[in-house]
Amino acid sequence: MTSSPARPNYTLTLIATAFVLFWMVVAGFPFLWTTWGSFKVEADFFSRADWSNALSGVNTIRQTGDAFTMDGYKGAWILNDFWRAGLNTMLVTVVVTVLSLVLGTLGGYALARSGYRYAFWILILALVFRAMPHITLVSGYLVPFFQLNIWGTLPTAIIVLVAINQPFTLWMLHSFFLSIPKDLDESAMVDGCTRFQAFREVIVPVMWPGIITTGLFSFLLAYNDFAVTAMLLRQENQTMIPKIASFLGSIESEGNVMFAVSSVVSATVPLFILVMFFQRQIVGGLTAGAVKG
Amino acid sequence: MPHKAFAWFILPSALAMILFIALPLVSIVVQSLYIEHPQVLTQVESCSPFGGCTMETRVDAAATAALRDAQPLGRFNGLGTYFNRSHLATREIATILKDTDGIADSLRRIYQLPFYRALLFTLCYTAVVTPLGMLAGFWIALAVNRIPAVLKGPVIFVSLLPMIITPLIGSLVIYWMVNSRGILGNLLQWVTQDPTLSIAASGPLTWLTLFLYGIWIAAPFSFVVFYAGLQTVPQDTLESAMIDGANRWERVRFVIIPHLVPLATFVALVQLMDNFRVLEPIIGFNAQASATSLSFSIYNDLQAENGQLFASAAATSLLTIALLIVLLFPVLIRTWRDFSRKSAH
Repeated sequence: MTSSPARPNYTLTLIATAFVLFWMVVAGFPFLWTTWGSFKVEADFFSRADWSNALSGVNTIRQTGDAFTMDGYKGAWILNDFWRAGLNTMLVTVVVTVLSLVLGTLGGYALARSGYRYAFWILILALVFRAMPHITLVSGYLVPFFQLNIWGTLPTAIIVLVAINQPFTLWMLHSFFLSIPKDLDESAMVDGCTRFQAFREVIVPVMWPGIITTGLFSFLLAYNDFAVTAMLLRQENQTMIPKIASFLGSIESEGNVMFAVSSVVSATVPLFILVMFFQRQIVGGLTAGAVKG
Repeated sequence: MPHKAFAWFILPSALAMILFIALPLVSIVVQSLYIEHPQVLTQVESCSPFGGCTMETRVDAAATAALRDAQPLGRFNGLGTYFNRSHLATREIATILKDTDGIADSLRRIYQLPFYRALLFTLCYTAVVTPLGMLAGFWIALAVNRIPAVLKGPVIFVSLLPMIITPLIGSLVIYWMVNSRGILGNLLQWVTQDPTLSIAASGPLTWLTLFLYGIWIAAPFSFVVFYAGLQTVPQDTLESAMIDGANRWERVRFVIIPHLVPLATFVALVQLMDNFRVLEPIIGFNAQASATSLSFSIYNDLQAENGQLFASAAATSLLTIALLIVLLFPVLIRTWRDFSRKSAH
C-alpha cells in the first residue's frame, strides 16, 4: 500500500538523490574547507604552488612542527582582542533579542486584536520600513548621534538594532497572534482580568512557541548585522562582524590573513549550534510567515 | 480592541520606530540639502632668503574647524547634491547625449558615472539573483521531496547554512576559495589552462561570482518555503491529473506550480527587498573596482578617509528609497485592494 500517487520511479529518485547530494556539497563544503584551513598556516591554505598542500599541511609542518596549528586562533583571540568583540556580540545580541521580543509581543498583540483600519496602515508602514536598506538609515543617524554625543557606545547600537528589527518582529508576531483564538482573551476578561492581565497570564503562555521562533530571527538579525554595528560603534566597542571587517583592512596587508580566517570560523560556530538545536523552529518560522503572511 | 488599549500596547514599539526610523528619514532629507564647508583658505606671504617674497594660499585649519563646529550640517546647497556628478549627473548626461557616437558609446560613458554604475549593478543583481535563487530553491525542494526520509533531516540542516550565515562571513568564505590562491581559483586556472587567470582582475567574472554567491545564499530560503508548500499539495488533484493522463512534467506544471504561486509571491517580495540592499558581498569579495551597489556607495561615502560625505550619502539614500518605493508599488497597491475587498464585505 502506498500513499503516494506516483508509481515508484527509481531512475527519478536516483537523479533527485544525486542532485541533492550535489547541493549539499555546494552548501556545506565551503564551511568544512574553511574550518579545516583555519588550522593551517597561510602558505598552505592560500597555496600558490599546489592546492593539496592545504590537505597535507606541508608548510604547516615545516613552520610549526605539527599538521594542525592554533596560531590563527591565538593571533585573533589573544593578540588582536577578538575575545572582547565576542563579549560585545554576546551582550548586544542577548539584549537586542529580549528587548525586541518585549516591544514586539505588545505591539504584535495590539495589531492582531485591533479591527480598525489604522492597524492595517501601521503594518503597511512597517513593511516599507522593513524594505529600506539599513545603511540608508545609518546615514541619518551619524550627524544627530555626533551632536548628542551618543555615537560609538553599545547602548546606542542596541537601541538602534531593536528599532530596526521592530517591523519584522511586529509582522511575525502579529501573524502568530492571529492564530490564537480571540475567545481566549475575551473569556479571561469576562472572568475579571484587565486587558493587560489577559495578555500576560493567558495569551503569552500559549504564545511561547511563536515567541521562541521570532526570538531566533531577532537573534540572527542582531548577530548578522554589519551596516549598523560597523558604522555606529567605536573601535573598542566593536562586535565580531565589524571586527572581522577591520581585520581585512589591517591584517591582510601584514600577511596575517589567517587571523581573519580563524575569526570567521569562530563566528560561525554559534550559528552552527543554533541551527543544530532550533532547526525545526527556524523552518517553522520561515513557513509561518509565508503561509499566513 | 478599544483605541486607548491599542495605543498603550503599541506605544513602545511605535516610539522606537518613530525615533529611529522615521526621524532619521527626516534627518536624511535635511542632510541632503546641505553640503560640507569648503576649507577656509588664507593668503600668506612666505619669504625665502634668495627667492624673495611670494603670496601663498594655505588652508586655515583652525578657522575650518571652527566653521564646521558652528554649522555641523554645512552650508545650504538646495538640490545641488542630487544633480551633481556623483548622483544624477544631469549636466554630464546632457553632454554625453549631445556628442555621442551611437547608443553603445553613450551607455558606456553613462556607466562611468558613479551613481549609474551602482544603480546598474544593484538592478542587475536584484533581477538575476531573485528569480534564479527561487528557481534553484524550487528544484532543490522538488528533489528533496523525492529522496528517502532518513536523508531529509541532514539535508535541511546543511541547506540552511548559506542562508543563516552572516552575509559578510559567507562572502569571505567563498572569496577565499575563489581567490587566485584558493582551491576554486586554482581549479579554474587548471580547467582553463591559464595560470594567470584571476576572478578579481576581470569585471565580468566578478559580476558572475557575485551573482552565483547571491543565488547560493538566496536558494535555501525559497527551498524551505517551497518544501513546506509541497507537503500541502492536494493529493486527490494530483491523482485525478494522473488518471487524466498527465505526465510528471505536466503534473508539476499544472498542479504543483499553481499551488505554490501564492508562496512564490511572498518569497519574491522578501528576496527583492533583501537583494536590493546588497552590500556585504562587495566588501567581502573586495569587488568595488568592478561592482558597486547603491548601499555600497552610501557605505563608501560614510567611510571616506578625509571627512565623511554626509550630504552625498543622504542624497544617495533618498534616491535609493524612492526607487524602492517604485519597485514595491505594485505590492502595496495589491495589498490595499485585498484589504478594501475584505473590509467591504
